[in-house]
This record gives sequence, C-alpha cells and structure tokens, in this order.
Amino acid sequence: MNIIEVKNLVKKFGDFVAVDDISFDVKRGEIFAFLGPNGAGKSTTIKMLTTLLNPTSGSLLLDGNNPVLDSNKVRKSFGIVFQDPSLDDELTAWENMEFHGVLYDVPKKLRRERIEYLLKFVELWDRKNSLVKEFSGGMKRRLEIARGLLHHPKIIFLDEPTLGLDPQTRNHMWNYLKELNKNEGTTIFFTTHYMEEAEKIAQRISIIDNGKIIASGTADELKAKANATSLEDAFLSLTGKTIRQEDAGTKDAMRMRRRMWTKR
Amino acid sequence: MIGSLAQPLLFLVSLSFGFGPIFQKAGDGNYLNFLVPGIIGMSIIFSAVFSGMEIIWDRQFGFLKETLVAPVSRFNIMFGRTLGGATMSVLQGLLVLVISLFMGFRPTSWPLFPILLLMMLLVAVLFTALGTMIASLLEDMQGFQLIINFLVMPLFFLSGAIFPLQGLPKALNIIASLDPLAYGIDAFRSLLINVSHFGLGTDILILSITSLIFLGLGSYFFSKIQI
Repeated sequence: MNIIEVKNLVKKFGDFVAVDDISFDVKRGEIFAFLGPNGAGKSTTIKMLTTLLNPTSGSLLLDGNNPVLDSNKVRKSFGIVFQDPSLDDELTAWENMEFHGVLYDVPKKLRRERIEYLLKFVELWDRKNSLVKEFSGGMKRRLEIARGLLHHPKIIFLDEPTLGLDPQTRNHMWNYLKELNKNEGTTIFFTTHYMEEAEKIAQRISIIDNGKIIASGTADELKAKANATSLEDAFLSLTGKTIRQEDAGTKDAMRMRRRMWTKR
Repeated sequence: MIGSLAQPLLFLVSLSFGFGPIFQKAGDGNYLNFLVPGIIGMSIIFSAVFSGMEIIWDRQFGFLKETLVAPVSRFNIMFGRTLGGATMSVLQGLLVLVISLFMGFRPTSWPLFPILLLMMLLVAVLFTALGTMIASLLEDMQGFQLIINFLVMPLFFLSGAIFPLQGLPKALNIIASLDPLAYGIDAFRSLLINVSHFGLGTDILILSITSLIFLGLGSYFFSKIQI
C-alpha cells in the first residue's frame, strides 16, 4: 500500500524544467529520503505534494487524494517542516505553537501538554514568551522543528530539517521521529544534504538531479550501484562533482524594505 | 498605531484650519464637521488596504506557507484575516472620531452610533478584501507603491472626503459615483452630521454589494496562491 504515488510528474517555470517527468512511490509507514544537489527539484516536488504548487502535468496521490483537486483532504493528512523560515516573527514561541495547534485541531489538553513537552525538548521552554524576532537562527530552526512535531499526521515532510541544527537537537529530533514512525506508523519523507543521516535513518532513498530521478533503492543498493563504500561517495559519483547554482531571490532587499515600513 | 494616526491628524488639522474660513464664507457651514467623516474614511481605507496587503510580507517571510498548508479552507483563512484587519481599521477610525471630538467636532445624532459602527466595519471589510485580492496577485513589494499612488490615493481624493460632491464637474461626479469609498463616507456623513449626497439607503446597498464582490474576489485569488 503506497501512501505517496507520483507518476510522470512535470513542473515547468516558463522555459525552465524544474521537475522533469519523475515517478516514485512511498510506502505507508516508510522513512523515505529524497536526496539531490541544490536546485535539483526536491523542494519543488515537496511543494507540489503539499498543495503549495500545481504541477504542469503528471499525477500525484497522497493517501489516495489528489493535492490539486482535493487539497483540503490532502492538507489534513500531512505535516511539514519547511526548508526556509515559516514562523510568525511578531508572535512569541508559545503563540506560534498554540496557533499551529489550533489550526490543526489538536485538542486543548493534549496541545498544552505537547507544547510544553516539545518546547522543553528543543530547550526553548524558558524563552516561550519571547518574540520569535528576538531569536537567533538556530533557535528559530529548533522552534520550527518543535512546531512541525506538534500534531501527529499520517505523513511528515521535512525539507532539510537539520540544516543549521546542532548535533544534540538533530539527534533528539530523529529519535522522536523514529518513535513516531514506530508507534503511530507515521510516514516520513525528508530531504537532507547530510549523507550519513540519510544512510542511518532512511529505509529507502531516491536521488534526484536536474529534475530527474537518477537512482532509487536502499542505501546499500545505491552503494552497490555506484560501486562506492559510503553513501556520500555513491551520491557524488551519481550526481557528479560540479557545484550547482541556485537563485538568491529578492528576499534580502525585502527584509530591508520591511524594516523601513514597520518602523512606525 | 500611533504612527498611522499621524497622517489623518495632519489632514484633519491642516485642512480644517486651512479651508475652514473659506468653507464658512461660501455658506457651507462648519468645515470641521464636514471633514471629520471623510478623514475617518481615509484612516479606514489606508489601514484596511495595508492590512490586506500584509499577505505579501507573510509570503516573503514564509509564514504564509504555514497557513496555506493548514487543514483549514482558504476561504476561512482569508475571511479570518479580513475580519481581523477590518477590526483594526475600525478602531483606527474610531480613534480619529474621538480625537476630532476634542477638536470641536459635534455629531448631530449619537443614537445612530451602532449603525455607524456597522458602516465602518462594512467599509473596512471592503477595502481589506481589496487589499487581500491585490496582494494575492503580487509576488513582492515592488508593486506596493504603485497601488498606493494609483489606487488608494485616487480612491481617497475622489471620494468627496475633503470636498462636497454637489456642484462638481460632470466627469468628476461620475468618477466619484464609481468610487466605493464615496458611499462609505457619504454614509458616515449622513449618520454623523445628517448630510447626504446619495442617500443612506443607496450607500448601504452599494457598500454591501461591493463588499460581497470583493470578499468573493479576494478569497478566489487567495485560494489560487501558489508559492
């Protein structure tokens, strides 16, 4: 039984083909890693799976529902930790958690318990009433992780969740996720640039490069395929050693302008 | 909040003291009384459009994603945001009203106050939804200044907020009659100082219909947002 089914998925932005005819499945209860260099199409694929972006063509099923047509049903079945920040800076850590819990209909008693547990878990409990904009990058990241774990969906997407996390929190987080996977059968779909992490945690791995899936299988199968001793070597021999370009976007200019506007 | 009161106050003080004597001489009575409903409308339209457009910030800073993937229908999200923004705008309008009382503004009928509140809310909802609609179509803040200069400013200046619509050139009159804010301010005026150009019934009807239209359009475009 597959919880995610992707067939011939294509996403074009103008002339640029971000995702080029990919197909893959993720089994229910599986821990699945989606690896690839920068700009390979990982985040674009996750955005399509999580109803944020409509595909150009191809079919997608999440727990039997189509993210384009049944977006509300699909949104009930997953949780996500985004690659880039998605916290409300003007709220406190606790308020961000509470808001998330209310949005996802976590019953009040359970919500309060979990918020306390998770904020202690990422060591932000004593800062729970501080505004997020006062937090450092690492603290924000930890709060995002805690928030992503607040409700227990059928599928959790984690887009480079460990980027900028200290080893302690990273370790903690994976233990928590593995428990969740074992106890509640939660499917976990994650991307990462840390190969040893993928090797240790994922049951199955797909490698995507330039919008195409170039290899799939267990870590051992991939190593055998590339004739490598570690997953990192396998990854490098499959995707090559050139560094990929990714657009920086207009975010920095925005940040400055926002400061000008909100300084009332 | 304090900062955003500066602009309406500046208009209120400079215009009422500046044009007051001429207005009086022209036989139109007390200009402050005429102006206050207009400035209330002004503070509502500015803060409503701004709060509708806050979606652009949320998009740029990522928080929008969090709400867009939540298992809540996008209409509910948009409606909730609109009501929140509209409430803030109404409060802003009320603050202007309170301040104008200290400046010597005297409304003719207090019993109509609840209806006035309702009208203010209607105007605020209308323009917050408009802001939401525009923000849903914009990727970043590049177009923001354009919207302010070519939409919000004209809507305000041509609404009859600072001058009477009677006896205007025909073209200007037609433009004013297409401006939803004109009906809002007209409604405020008829409820506060019992002076009306279109008639309160027309005002309520037009405001209700345009609010519904913009709520519909706003939630349609909001539901189509892709990131």
